[in-house]
Amino acid sequence: MSINLKTIKHISKLSRISVDEQKAEKLAGDLNAIFKFIEKLNELNTDKVEPLTSVAETTLKFRSDEVKNQNIRDQIIKNSPEDNEDFFVVPKVVE
Amino acid sequence: MSDITSQSLTSLVKNIKEKKLSSEDVTKAFVKRSEKSKELNSYISEDFSNAINKAKKFDEKPNLDLKLPGIPMAVKDLFCTKNIRTTAGSKILENFVPTYESTVTQNIWNEGAILLGKLNCDEFAMGSSNETSFYGNVQNPIDKGLVPGGSSGGSAAAVSGQLTPITIGTDTGGSIRQPASFTGTVGLKPTYGSCSRYGIVAFASSLDQAGPMAQNVQDCALLQEVISSYDNKDSTSIDFKRNQYSKDLTKDIKGKKIGIPKEYRVEGMPKEIEELWQKGITYAKDCGAEIVDISLPHTSYALPTYYIVAPAEASSNLARYDGVKYGFRAKGENLIDMYEKTRSEGFGAEVQRRIMIGTYVLSSGYYDAYYLKAQKVRKLIKNDFDEAYKKVDAILTPSTPSSAFKIGEKKDDPVSMYLNDIFTVPVNLAGLPAISIPAGHDAAGYPLGLQIIGKAFKEQEILNLAYAMEDKINFKNKISDWWIK
Amino acid sequence: MPKDSSEYLIERYDNVYEVVIGLEVHAQVTSNSKLFSSSSTKFGAEPNTQVSLVDAAFPGMLPVINEYCVKQAIKTGIGLRAQINKRSVFDRKNYFYADLPQGYQISQFKYPIVGEGTVVLDMPNGQKEVGIERLHLEQDAGKSIHDMDPQNTLVDLNRSGVALMEIVSKPDLRTPDEVSAYIKKLRSIMRYLGTCDGNMQEGSLRADVNVSVRLKDSKELGTRCEIKNVNSIKFMQMAIDYEANRQVDLIEEGKSIDQETRLFDTKKNETRSMRSKEDAHDYRYFPDPDLLPLEVTDEFIEQLKADIPELPDDKKKRFIDEFKVSAYEATILVSDIETAKYFEEVVAKMGKNRDMKLAVNWITGELFAVLNNKNLEISDSPISAKNLAKLINLIKNGTISGKIGKTIFELMLDGDKDPQVIVEEKGLKQESDPKALEALIDKIINDNREKAIEYKNGKEKLFGFFVGQAMKVSGGKANPQLINEILKKKL
Repeated sequence: MSINLKTIKHISKLSRISVDEQKAEKLAGDLNAIFKFIEKLNELNTDKVEPLTSVAETTLKFRSDEVKNQNIRDQIIKNSPEDNEDFFVVPKVVE
Repeated sequence: MSDITSQSLTSLVKNIKEKKLSSEDVTKAFVKRSEKSKELNSYISEDFSNAINKAKKFDEKPNLDLKLPGIPMAVKDLFCTKNIRTTAGSKILENFVPTYESTVTQNIWNEGAILLGKLNCDEFAMGSSNETSFYGNVQNPIDKGLVPGGSSGGSAAAVSGQLTPITIGTDTGGSIRQPASFTGTVGLKPTYGSCSRYGIVAFASSLDQAGPMAQNVQDCALLQEVISSYDNKDSTSIDFKRNQYSKDLTKDIKGKKIGIPKEYRVEGMPKEIEELWQKGITYAKDCGAEIVDISLPHTSYALPTYYIVAPAEASSNLARYDGVKYGFRAKGENLIDMYEKTRSEGFGAEVQRRIMIGTYVLSSGYYDAYYLKAQKVRKLIKNDFDEAYKKVDAILTPSTPSSAFKIGEKKDDPVSMYLNDIFTVPVNLAGLPAISIPAGHDAAGYPLGLQIIGKAFKEQEILNLAYAMEDKINFKNKISDWWIK
Repeated sequence: MPKDSSEYLIERYDNVYEVVIGLEVHAQVTSNSKLFSSSSTKFGAEPNTQVSLVDAAFPGMLPVINEYCVKQAIKTGIGLRAQINKRSVFDRKNYFYADLPQGYQISQFKYPIVGEGTVVLDMPNGQKEVGIERLHLEQDAGKSIHDMDPQNTLVDLNRSGVALMEIVSKPDLRTPDEVSAYIKKLRSIMRYLGTCDGNMQEGSLRADVNVSVRLKDSKELGTRCEIKNVNSIKFMQMAIDYEANRQVDLIEEGKSIDQETRLFDTKKNETRSMRSKEDAHDYRYFPDPDLLPLEVTDEFIEQLKADIPELPDDKKKRFIDEFKVSAYEATILVSDIETAKYFEEVVAKMGKNRDMKLAVNWITGELFAVLNNKNLEISDSPISAKNLAKLINLIKNGTISGKIGKTIFELMLDGDKDPQVIVEEKGLKQESDPKALEALIDKIINDNREKAIEYKNGKEKLFGFFVGQAMKVSGGKANPQLINEILKKKL
């Protein structure tokens, strides 16, 4: 199972990380080495095995329908890179 | 009284409670030593003057009933600390100051401890040598030019070098236990669900656990008591009865059955590691434990499984670092361009590599072959332990396949780097508790660790086993203070 | 399959196409706080004032599920006569967008909380069953505002994390009318249950419409296109019409249809492609490791079943059986829970001598007209059920005529006045004393002898003239029935 440049470009698009030719080639090399190592799992027949959902041996705990959080807009927005007190600001999407 | 900074946590707590030392005394001592230790590069953020002020304040009205009264402590920079910069070792959070506190650190402050600063780590906890941090490498106090291990490298170095009496790290595939082993210190990864993950920068949600890193087992037990709690803000937190781990600590392990898994004897394992393991077996027997040969047949599949599951979860957990709400943002012509540049410049190479792996194994057409397969193998690995635990109470293995290696030695070989975690990773996959204690030295004089794996929620058992063996081993960490200016 | 005008077929030369429609409805769950965080869900708040650290996806933040939202989803499933799955799993749907702070949406992919069910539609030519594929819980996203800043997009995360129920229908719908009926029925059921307020203007209810075409009588499904986020029934119908024709045109030209996502442009009344094939989303679904599988017990479900109020289909049946209204009337009365409530209150207040026919007519006729005119919901009706019942009783027991009733109705609109009081104040009591009416009619006949003679000689329509006169002279208060009887006798 070989990972080529086309795949790297596709994955980088999906994960929103830019790659140039050089970086893509290095990544392809690294990932191929890693996946060779991962391929070992194919030795195992797992047809009749249930996938593990969680190691936490408990059920999902419920929360009550109370409104707890007050308006913390200043806390929420204070870390944002742009200087708008009411909104998060981002460059436009090209539709 | 010996030097403040060479005292154990337990001893410092005792001295403060007995008013033989003040919090200011202790805090100033650790600040002074930390300030002289810049060459280790253990700290990312220092909060020294605040710490001293808090210490003074504590001394004005000391509450000596607390478990960590006035004790200064630095913590791994993966824990969100209110109003103190938290970077996760990354550029993308270089200026991020949380307005909230993680549950684990809140538990620590509630017991009277004082924050010294935030400790260096591999970026987003991804690494085994603290070489992926945006804030530079960390030096192992054992010897110059040596890695301290990772991802909790800064933490391990700080404890080993006595810049902090104790600390907390996080462990996803061995990130507490492996650096503990490399630096001659004690590191505990609790059962999954024992410590809350609320406020800890997430790497791999089904594997991450916070845990204490200490100079000895008793200190470790005390901190575990403080940090372990049920938290309803974390849906994976488990509500079980937690021991007073330090109070209930005992060296009496007579009759305990300890399993020795044959599959951990890997091909090419250095002779010293095998010898250390044998020594450990002997010590355990000396303490009255019974040794049982067991099999964990799927051990060799643990690393490949881990390197599918962890990156997959990480690729999703790190999607929130997009420059929109907080953290670093690069200029972009449009939204997608902004995302791509932000993440490309904000994340280091290892993080990008793992995000790519994770994205790939979850992607359309590959999910079944990789992610689903890995979750099935994970079930088999857990089953191995469940089976073994029908026969034994705990399992003894080496912590790492070697001692600390040189900075730069494995940097360009990801697979070689990943093999560091070979003994520790199965434990995270199964959600079990495990502790690493220093047990010997290799020919170069570098520390080697032994790992004791326990049953779920049986931290007391493995602490006791470790406590008993620590006594027998009588390990002395050879710290020469070579970095002190 | 009905074979009349309720069919919706597209003809081109020799080919007749039918349209296959499936809907994915997103219904905002009525709850105080969000699905995985404790922020408020109130509509209309100042931007980013109902956003918690969890909602904004700060480092280390974790989801904790709202029990009430789970209950609301199960109740809705019960209302859809659907299978409730005792075990369901939350999955992450991974993609990047400015109003999706986590970079993923917590949803349910493989194991939803509710499975297959059915919704029954009352169409003009009979009932139609529409299959429900599933219902699952998921987080809503925030809002991206593109037109407040020329260079940038502004993001408001108030809506981020609000609980949504996604209800997926089977591709059983065939006409725009069925689509309308389906949306209305879903909305009605959820309003009855109190699980969603169905307010499309506020965005509580939105739909993605899946449209494909095929030759009539074909068993194969054609390639479908998804039209995203249509927020009114009218637009849904227009979008379907445009899209179906677009697809038919392509097929007629020998071209194939690309499976894609499209948007409905409300200005141009067209659908257009939203994404090119390269950017097609790969959501990389996987079970959310911050959440465990959701498990509910039989007791939990039974308790909810016991709390379910009477639903539209059952209420309709009861109205027909108990109140003897027609199926058509019953459908109208139960279509919205507030209407049903109003009607039942009127019936109750009418007491023993209640007149169902009058009640139905006054509500669906006069009252609905006023509400439509003034753009009011029946829950804001200017005339209370209590007073309407009173008015109806006054007509029933002959105190006033129907015509006078209409006058009084108008007067009641101003402040919900008591009709009894109006009758007394304005002296509008019907004149029903036979002696007085006879005297009145005698006078009229006397004053109009020629006409009386003409009538007797065969000019039948002059009867209306005398009735009119009687009404005029009596100021409209004469009892019309008696007038008719007496005139017949005397003329």
